[in-house]
Amino acid sequence: MTAGTKAFTQLRLEGVSRRFGGHDALRDLDLTIEAGEFVALLGPSGCGKSTALNCLAGLLPLTAGSIWQDDRRIDTLPPERRGFGMVFQNYALFPHMSVRANIAFGLKMRRLPKDEIRRRTDEAVHLVRLEEHAGKLPGQLSGGQQQRVAIARAVVLEPSLVLMDEPLSNLDAKLRLEMRTEIRRLHQSLGLTTVYVTHDQEEALSLADRLVVLREGRVQQIGSPEELHTRPTNWHVADFMGYRNLWTMRVREAADDTVAVELDGLRLIGVPVGPVAPGGEVIVAVRPEDVRVDQAGATTNAVPAEIEVVEYQGRELAAEAVTSAGARVHLRTDQRVAPADRVTLSIDPQRLLVFPGDPAAIRHADGAAAVVEEPGLVG
Amino acid sequence: MSVTTSTPVATSAGPPPPARVHWQHRLAERGVDRQLWLLTPALLFVVLLFLYPFFYGLGLSFQPTEGGPFSDYARFFSDAYQRGTIWTTLGLSLPAALLNVLASVPIAYRMRGRFRGKRLVTILLVVPITLGTVLTAQGLLNFLGPTGWFNRVLTALHLTDEPIRLVHNYWGVFFSLIITGFPFAFLLVLSYLSGIDPTLERAAATLGAGWWQRFRMITLPLLMPGLATTFCLTFVLAFSVFPSAVLVGNPAGETRVISIAAYQAAYEQYDYPYASAIAMIMGLIELVVISVVLFARTRFYTGSTGGKG
Repeated sequence: MTAGTKAFTQLRLEGVSRRFGGHDALRDLDLTIEAGEFVALLGPSGCGKSTALNCLAGLLPLTAGSIWQDDRRIDTLPPERRGFGMVFQNYALFPHMSVRANIAFGLKMRRLPKDEIRRRTDEAVHLVRLEEHAGKLPGQLSGGQQQRVAIARAVVLEPSLVLMDEPLSNLDAKLRLEMRTEIRRLHQSLGLTTVYVTHDQEEALSLADRLVVLREGRVQQIGSPEELHTRPTNWHVADFMGYRNLWTMRVREAADDTVAVELDGLRLIGVPVGPVAPGGEVIVAVRPEDVRVDQAGATTNAVPAEIEVVEYQGRELAAEAVTSAGARVHLRTDQRVAPADRVTLSIDPQRLLVFPGDPAAIRHADGAAAVVEEPGLVG
Repeated sequence: MSVTTSTPVATSAGPPPPARVHWQHRLAERGVDRQLWLLTPALLFVVLLFLYPFFYGLGLSFQPTEGGPFSDYARFFSDAYQRGTIWTTLGLSLPAALLNVLASVPIAYRMRGRFRGKRLVTILLVVPITLGTVLTAQGLLNFLGPTGWFNRVLTALHLTDEPIRLVHNYWGVFFSLIITGFPFAFLLVLSYLSGIDPTLERAAATLGAGWWQRFRMITLPLLMPGLATTFCLTFVLAFSVFPSAVLVGNPAGETRVISIAAYQAAYEQYDYPYASAIAMIMGLIELVVISVVLFARTRFYTGSTGGKG
């Protein structure tokens, strides 16, 4: 009935767009997914990642663009004829059917012979380790078990593509870690192709082979976890990838691979990402874990500061410090600092990224952003 | 309920071993607290307006003007003319209730979720509830009567030679029951349907189910308990039909429903015990039908359906 089990070598999204009223939920998404890949769509809520997934599943019609499975155009097919498996955020298990009947549902829809349905359902139940619960109704299961049923129900059809819409967001922290491993294990052992939507950068980094970062319906960056982690292409991506320190500063001197920036007497040296020119407004991004405290011999980017807030986080402390120039610095350290301690912070210039500023400067920026009054010269 | 007298009892519980639980806590554990007072008006109404009249009528039905306590019941069932009203009433109310429920399903199914003009359509569908039986009967007489628009159109189109009789018979009452019962059934079914998580059907679609399979295997089974409840309520409304049976029906013949029999006993023969007995029989039949439907309802899944309705 469906061509779902047919494997493909490439899935191409070309200019996929979706409008709601006058609002672009997703704009010109171009993406090629190779068979066997694990791709994560990542972004804050409202960035269009779920829209993209629903378009891919056929649950939302496109307003422009096309989707191709090798040479077959599939964006005009209804969801039931695409043969993709989907795992929903709220699991969407059929509440009136047993675990077993839930998992067998898709096989039944394909009118497979009875004994084959039984065999494949058993395998899937075994795969997600729910043998003891096979006869129960979904309402009698815990959140993690329900999620495993939802995954089994999607993969039992051996779909050419599995779509997952924030499948772990309703689970508690411990279970989320377990299920993360489980999802990766299934992806590898079954040789699935997976598109995974999440707003959790840690989840995306740990699961995916390739990440697509979206913001306001547009692709910001596509790359491997390492590329995104170390070389975000713009400050929005940096913000999202855990660069908690974002300061609006001004360029003093710029060379090809190094740039000196300044704000209220605070002078730093970093690596330019994108075009920056002297006098221009830039956004400087640093991860909290790249800020060193009282490191012996640190001379470049050494800044005196006072610790204000300290959070205990096991082996490390997360702290917030204020420099004499008034800039707030988030940092992580294994030194036992305490509020009101006076320390010297230092940052490796290689870990300090300097992005061209944009007109709509950082909204959540601390008071420092207001200091720069002239419009940016770079763009 | 002395719970509410909030006399702060001195905490006399002796300090060491068995720290006695305060009586207010123990009562609260069993659901007895001050909020119970909120039930008083409802209880008062039930006692005054339902329980008292009901038991009064029940008592009356066992005190016939002549014969033993059950002689009025025997009189009703031994008289074929009276007994027949049961079948007449069931013959009207069961099909009408069934049609109301069945017709509501596709319309409500299409109308769940949000779309432009939903409020207008809902108002149009629900307006008949506000009309009342008499106005509806008036409209039916004008529209479906021998010289009404309906027959005039049919005659003008040469579809019939003489007017079709649609009022002052079974059909008149039937239409009236549909017009007044449908909005009610529709509103109930719509709220039951909105209570079913729409993601379930989407999940079924990604698993290869076409629209009919999605409806048949997901939505309908989850909706069945709601349909059963809706059926019971519309059936009860239709079973006690009285004004339209008189106004647009044939109260001496084919639409002599059981409430007419009770009315005649009470206000034409002034035999209150007999009228009470008929009313009790009426209640009993409703109870039987509802029990059958509600028993069937227990065979369906009645738990959470994940929606926000």
